[in-house]
Amino acid sequence: MSDPLNALPGKARRQDDPPDSPRSAGYSEPLRVRLADRDNPLPLDCGRELWPVDVEYEVFGELSPSRDNAILVLHALSGDAHVAGWYKDAEALGRPWYSKRPGWWDTMVGPGKAFDTSRYCVICSNVLGSCYGTTGPLSIDPRTGKPYGLKFPVVTVGDWVRLQERLVTHLGIQKLLAVAGGSIGGQQAIEWGLAFPDRLKCSIVLAASPVLSAQGLAFNAVARHAIRTDPNFRDGLYNGGATPDKGLGVARMIGHITYLSEVSMSRKFGRRLRNRHEPGFTFDVDFEVESYLIHQARSFGERFDANSYLYMTKAMDYYDASAWGDGDLARAAQRAKCAWLVASFSSDWLYPPAQCREWVAALCANRLPVTYVNIESSYGHDAFLLEVDTLSRLIPDFLRGVATR
Amino acid sequence: MSAADYREALQSLLETRPMIGEALAALAMLEARDQQPTAQPSQERWDHALIRGLVPDGASVLDLGCGGGELLADLRDSKGAFVQGVERDLESVIQCVSRGVPVIQADLDAGLAGFGDLSFDYVVLEETLQTVYRPGLVLTEMMRVGRRCIVSFPNFGHWRVRLQLYADGRMPVTPMLPYTWHSTPNIRLVTIRDFTEWCDELGATVEAAYAYADGICRPLVAVDNLLAEEALFVISRHA
Repeated sequence: MSDPLNALPGKARRQDDPPDSPRSAGYSEPLRVRLADRDNPLPLDCGRELWPVDVEYEVFGELSPSRDNAILVLHALSGDAHVAGWYKDAEALGRPWYSKRPGWWDTMVGPGKAFDTSRYCVICSNVLGSCYGTTGPLSIDPRTGKPYGLKFPVVTVGDWVRLQERLVTHLGIQKLLAVAGGSIGGQQAIEWGLAFPDRLKCSIVLAASPVLSAQGLAFNAVARHAIRTDPNFRDGLYNGGATPDKGLGVARMIGHITYLSEVSMSRKFGRRLRNRHEPGFTFDVDFEVESYLIHQARSFGERFDANSYLYMTKAMDYYDASAWGDGDLARAAQRAKCAWLVASFSSDWLYPPAQCREWVAALCANRLPVTYVNIESSYGHDAFLLEVDTLSRLIPDFLRGVATR
Repeated sequence: MSAADYREALQSLLETRPMIGEALAALAMLEARDQQPTAQPSQERWDHALIRGLVPDGASVLDLGCGGGELLADLRDSKGAFVQGVERDLESVIQCVSRGVPVIQADLDAGLAGFGDLSFDYVVLEETLQTVYRPGLVLTEMMRVGRRCIVSFPNFGHWRVRLQLYADGRMPVTPMLPYTWHSTPNIRLVTIRDFTEWCDELGATVEAAYAYADGICRPLVAVDNLLAEEALFVISRHA
């Protein structure tokens, strides 16, 4: 997922709600809890058991006395637990990029917004293997006393969701009102419905299919190749030394190409030249689109860890909801019990509408109540972050319908 | 052709197509009745009320082209039905969601892939048959997915329609078919007779049929191909 603010064409940029705005979730702070230790390790799909495992999460809004108004938001590839609101001191948290902007889905999470924090309690946690507070390759391996690096086990969407279930249990929530996410967050939403069918009333799946296409696998393969062939990568043991920012930057550039669409790129950049009227006849940056990608590559290196990028993309690659039905998606969907809201976006070529509809068809085959929309959008995969108006007309009513039934 | 040739051709047309004469006769009768005050039109669509009477408590209902989900919300609330809608238009989909009706945004012409065989008690196609590009596929799919199918459509055999085309030489614009030829979503214009014959071709059994004319809904009779403004059929596959 790209930065939603950067992905917007200049003038369409949505105004941030400042922390004192009645529509802002206000100030938030990351919380931390240990959810697996030596006596209670986390079993992983790869066969290993992991401990200790700490989880970073944030909570917005009040949990109702009957604890029936909780919504778990699931972040995507480069996301974190900071889904909305502002950090009082982002610098002190080591996340200076959050000093001038709110959480990554602030347009959707807050008082009176699609996920209305004056009505619901919104929880978001950082996934296993990421680099934003939850245990991952940057964490210390208790066996060696050093960072895991590539010794960190390869984790899956199933592992993420199993850990999230521990968090939900820790917070005393028996049944979530909803889980919701886009992209690989949407795949977590699918997995929740299959892995813990009795623990949620509905699942909101945006821009996500039950499995990533071969084309998607190919993009991720190139991204990982770029990181692993960076001379600074040193088999993932770069901590304390120079980091493989070049490789990570190339990975991010590839990612951004897949998050946009042909139309959004030509609208946003066209063939415009950067700061000049004539081609430079050099290999410096000529075009706006080049400049944009290079900017994205640079800023990503400041906020993301190369090892985590390997782990996150691998989890994305491995996810296949049909595994619950031994390869048969409709049989996998038999496990599901909750209501579903699935949205695809017409110009999304990372998780194309036709592939998102495969999940809808699997749910239909089991006669589960499902609402599906294919939202016309030129924003490509990023549309799930940018089509705020349409999503805000669907999600509140959908949640209200589920909550009252 | 000379004027005499035309006269002869038209004369033979009247002889070989007795319904045209019948239509002209019916016209005088109905035009006279139109002058009388009519009952207040009901707020509810006639086919909604009829379908509510047809669907038993606790049934499962799939509504194709469900619009804003009015029928399904009603069946859910009054019959405890399990409901699912399919609709093409985003604004209508949003209305369904506001009514708490699950709805899939899809084009019926793409079929009903995903829905299991005989997985619904009723599949409803209300005033939508005439708008789909592949009605044969839609009806076949309905009979695959539903134990019973309910199909309602405006009757293009209605006398007013016939008269306009016959007398005026223009594509008809009537209260039931209020569009001009170039703006109409109704691309599959069908009469009650066409539909009945087509059911035979498709191997569908007509279990019940109703006509709507002049604000009244009643069981369908033969002359309704001329008098009914709309018709509703309950059909199923031969056992």
